[in-house]
Amino acid sequence: MKGMTLIVKKTTQLIAGMIFMYGIYVIVHGHLTPGGGFAGGVVIAGSLILITLSNGGDFMKLIKEESGTTIIESLATILVILVAVSGFIFGTKIFFNNFLPKGIVGHLVSAGVLPLYNIFVGTEVAASIFIIFLSLIIFKEESKE
Amino acid sequence: MIAYIMCFILFLVGLYGVITRRNLIKIAVSLSIMEISTFLFFTLIGYIDGGVAPIVDPTDPVKVYVDPLPQALVLTAIVIGLATTAMLMAVIIRLYRKYGTFDIREIKNLRG
Amino acid sequence: MNPLIPLFVIIPLAGAFLIMIIGRFIEEFNKYFTSLVLLLLTCISFYFLFTTGEKIFVYKVGGWEPINSLPIGIYMVMDGFSVIVVCIINLIGFLSAFYSISYIKRYTAGNYFYALFCLLIGGMNGVVLSGDLFNIFVFLEISVISSYALVAFGVESNELEASFKYQILGGLASFLILFGIGFIYWKTKTLNIADIKASFSSGYNKTTYLFIQILILSGFGLKAAIIPFHAWLPDAHSSAPSPISAMLSGVFIKAVGIYVIIRLFFNMFAISEGMAVLITALGTVSMVIGVFLAIGQWDIKRLLAYHSISQMGYVVMSVGIGMILVSRGTKPEIASLAIAGGLFHLVNHAAFKGLLFLNAGAIEYTIGTRNLKEMGGLAKSMPVTSATSFIASMSISGVPPFNGFFSKLIIIIAAVMAKFYLLAALAVIVSIITLASFLKFQRYAFFNRSNNSKNHNIREVPFPMVFSMVVLSIICVLLSLLVIPEIRDAILTPAINILTDPVKYSTSILVQ
Repeated sequence: MKGMTLIVKKTTQLIAGMIFMYGIYVIVHGHLTPGGGFAGGVVIAGSLILITLSNGGDFMKLIKEESGTTIIESLATILVILVAVSGFIFGTKIFFNNFLPKGIVGHLVSAGVLPLYNIFVGTEVAASIFIIFLSLIIFKEESKE
Repeated sequence: MIAYIMCFILFLVGLYGVITRRNLIKIAVSLSIMEISTFLFFTLIGYIDGGVAPIVDPTDPVKVYVDPLPQALVLTAIVIGLATTAMLMAVIIRLYRKYGTFDIREIKNLRG
Repeated sequence: MNPLIPLFVIIPLAGAFLIMIIGRFIEEFNKYFTSLVLLLLTCISFYFLFTTGEKIFVYKVGGWEPINSLPIGIYMVMDGFSVIVVCIINLIGFLSAFYSISYIKRYTAGNYFYALFCLLIGGMNGVVLSGDLFNIFVFLEISVISSYALVAFGVESNELEASFKYQILGGLASFLILFGIGFIYWKTKTLNIADIKASFSSGYNKTTYLFIQILILSGFGLKAAIIPFHAWLPDAHSSAPSPISAMLSGVFIKAVGIYVIIRLFFNMFAISEGMAVLITALGTVSMVIGVFLAIGQWDIKRLLAYHSISQMGYVVMSVGIGMILVSRGTKPEIASLAIAGGLFHLVNHAAFKGLLFLNAGAIEYTIGTRNLKEMGGLAKSMPVTSATSFIASMSISGVPPFNGFFSKLIIIIAAVMAKFYLLAALAVIVSIITLASFLKFQRYAFFNRSNNSKNHNIREVPFPMVFSMVVLSIICVLLSLLVIPEIRDAILTPAINILTDPVKYSTSILVQ
């Protein structure tokens, strides 16, 4: 896929990092403010899609990116399940049990396992939306050849 | 009450589109309209007059919150809708490559 | 709190994503791992089948205890009815996965196939075990989206067209269901099925109640392919790879369609006679029209798919008769007999329709066509396929001593005893037409002289496919034992008691 002009590339380089950071902020504060894993993951995926669209990339690179992202996505899902199962092992023998100390309401490190879920779900959502985008692009590139 | 009726009308608009449109992409868009009308309905039933967003504020505890459960449900349903739409688009793109058209009248191998 | 219940959802989900990671690095991992996972789940489900009985296990996910006896968390419920459906899901799933070991060689992307297969199983287990409406919707969508992808797995034009049609109608059904759930939440402020029952029993608005029932019935009726909503089923089920057709036709329409309809209309809504008559009418119509649509088919899988509609009509009709009797409050023993016939036929249909689709897959695997006119003389070269498909055909058309005969007999006896003579006569006639249709299938596929010259060097299919077919045919014969009163009391009666008792389900969940 061809990239875009120099102006677009430069502007994207300036913006994409900030969008990415904002996504991380939304994910990490998921248990305190509106947002959380899904919203933040979508924001992160937006920044990744922006970079891919403006810079382009050849066919092989896109395929490599897609297979790497698939592994990240599956890993994140397995980690969510692992946190759920660790509630069974460490807590009171119940899946999805909130076994960590809850902390004080309003602090960043509080609410037990909820921030962990938010982080893994955010990774999963960002990766899966990016995969949807990449596979559609790869399909388009294939049909050109 | 008028908002609920508008919501239902939006649902029917989507249904009308699914039934009458001939273009695959337009059918998918109509399906999305139905989806969104359902989400609107969910947010409406959670609304309470004068309520604020359901975030616990330790400094100011006495407030009327809107019902948070429908919002959680809508968020889940949006994720599901995203997956459905992506799947539908992938199939439509592949159909276009096989048949060279978006017209549903020309895509009719399976009959009977 | 039985810690084994969530495993039915967690193990397939984790398995799906493990396959996506490890399957990339280790060849052959996916197929054996999937079979192993499903074998494990089958063992657990049979453990539950023999221990559940009249008990109702409730699992509160996350350990959220009820406040003021109002349930606030997500409940998973295992009772006599859901355990039967869980058993057939995992058993047919295991046999289909084992069958796929050789069958799926003709497709690339085995990892995706097995991952989607695991998601399908996990979603269906979730639907059956979930105790609240919204989780039914979520798990329904998990299994339905993976079935969209699996139907389109061949990525040829027919598969894509079938998948598109299926997705549009499936999406419509999903939003109808979601609308219905929204209405229920609006009116009752709860999503737990038992709590909704308790909340509805304290009074409701008649019009809204009817509207909700229609929304839910049409939504799940679309998923179950009851006749006015059946348009997607023959295309989707005949285009999917054969093990998936066996899953979709044998289990999927029951787990996400019939099971939910029966569960909600018996245990959540108060049974009204009008709704019961409507359900019986829908069942009868699909029973009759399905078989007439099936007669003219020459594509084996389309023929089997239309027969699925017709056989599901038997189940819905029989359960509907039970529902009418329960709503009238008369003759409770005939009502339980009718429901027993319906559930028995549901289990039987899973066995023989799964077997028939596996047979169709074996035929397609060896001679590469699904058209009956191009087959013939396969009985000599494929003895196992021929014998197993003979057993399945005789079962589905209700010939003694196979299982289909006994369930149809119970249904007909119940209809006669409830004085629905027309329905009983229709059931007999449909059964005879089914027999004719399957004699045609047997004759053209296996016993006719082959008119195709390239058919002379065909051999029996590989071992995994043979194994699955033989096991399913043994199950077909063994299931007729369910007609013996002792075995029926142990397995079917708890399910019937859950359904016919109007308050048992909700009260025993709410006190736990």
